[in-house]
Amino acid sequence: MNIKVLGPGCARCQSLEKTVREAVSALKLDIKVEEIKDMQKIMQYPILMTPGLVINEKVVMSGKVPSKAEVERLIMNALDAERQGGKQS
Amino acid sequence: MAVKTKEGACRCSPIVTVHAGRENGNRGWKLMLLLGAGLAIWILLYLLVEPAANLLTYSVFQLPAYSHLGSSVAFFLYEAPKVILLLTVIVFGVGILRSFFTPERTRQLLAGKREFAGNVLAGGLGIVTPFCSCSAVPLFIGFVETGVPLGVTFTFLIAAPMINEVAVVLLLGMFGWKIALLYVTTGLFIAITAGWVIGRLKLERYIEAWVFDIKIADSPTSAQHLSFEDRVHYGLNAVREIVGKVWPYVLAGIAVGAAIHGYVPEGLMASFMGKDVWWAVPAAVLLGVPMYSNAAGIIPIMQALMEKGAALGTTLAFMMAVIGLSLPETIILRKVLKWQLIAVFIGVVAVGITITGYLFNILL
Repeated sequence: MNIKVLGPGCARCQSLEKTVREAVSALKLDIKVEEIKDMQKIMQYPILMTPGLVINEKVVMSGKVPSKAEVERLIMNALDAERQGGKQS
Repeated sequence: MAVKTKEGACRCSPIVTVHAGRENGNRGWKLMLLLGAGLAIWILLYLLVEPAANLLTYSVFQLPAYSHLGSSVAFFLYEAPKVILLLTVIVFGVGILRSFFTPERTRQLLAGKREFAGNVLAGGLGIVTPFCSCSAVPLFIGFVETGVPLGVTFTFLIAAPMINEVAVVLLLGMFGWKIALLYVTTGLFIAITAGWVIGRLKLERYIEAWVFDIKIADSPTSAQHLSFEDRVHYGLNAVREIVGKVWPYVLAGIAVGAAIHGYVPEGLMASFMGKDVWWAVPAAVLLGVPMYSNAAGIIPIMQALMEKGAALGTTLAFMMAVIGLSLPETIILRKVLKWQLIAVFIGVVAVGITITGYLFNILL
């Protein structure tokens, strides 16, 4: 699983990055969290407002800074989706 | 005098926690009750501020009634709590209003609209859609790619940062509702006209090429249904974040305003910011464009200046130039717009503001 935080570096974007790292360590998962600050790279993903959260190349949230609980939920959902995909292949 | 803030360049939407459990009727009622109580307390506090300020200054601190220090202190003790109270209630209200609008929805509403109608709609939406100046680029790209005309997109980009609730509240509190309304109407007018003019100039070729290479898709996080409780939380978070971030600047601005109020002689400002100083308006705009401050810092100072003889048009023009156009946002937009288009953008808005400034000096 890979997680990307999209944002040019304003306070909100840094806040999201911090929340995501906290969620990842709270869930005790070994996942790399990548920050994408370059605007052209950010626009590879279909978001309308920064900051954006991308899990496994899918945009799961954009335009707001979710709580840690919300981020954990998103990560768990993505993990479930991964497992489902694994069963079917 | 600009209060430069590195966070001030980015005014972003607040944290939204969508509650997993939907409210039942009980919680809804409790919330309404709490809100009602909050409002009652607010009204009480608001009514008490002026008498309390006077009491403190003249009875408790024993400052003589017409001294410089006395009037400065009374000014500060009256204005500061009053403005913070106003900020709280209006940011909360606007927060709730904003929870009904998302950028995705705005984009859908604006896609494919004809020029003039689109400009008007974009102006209105610019006021109510949550906007973050660091999102200017994704928003711009998203709008343009979905078929929102360039001019209409610009109207949105001008209206959104300029007509913000903090500015409106401060104007309301310090100058009264007429001037606050004036600000909103002229801001809208400038946004609509400037956007329309830019649209007419057919400057699409000055958009950076890579913008058109981007694949667009509907943002999957759109159309989230929020309950009443969620909206109240959105509003409360907006207060926590915006007022929490802005209050030091408000206090600093009011403090400077208080000093000017108490110590600067009447009419001093008339000599270079007054009605008859013809070069004051363009000078104010030229000075204001590269500066960026959040409204909270600038407006209290404006009031004090005006009290000492600065003309309304000149001061308003200065304020709009400072708040509406910012160097940080311009730098961010450079990623998607070539210099020519940025220059036209700034130029048209600056001219619009200048004309408005002159108009007010003449008419009011």
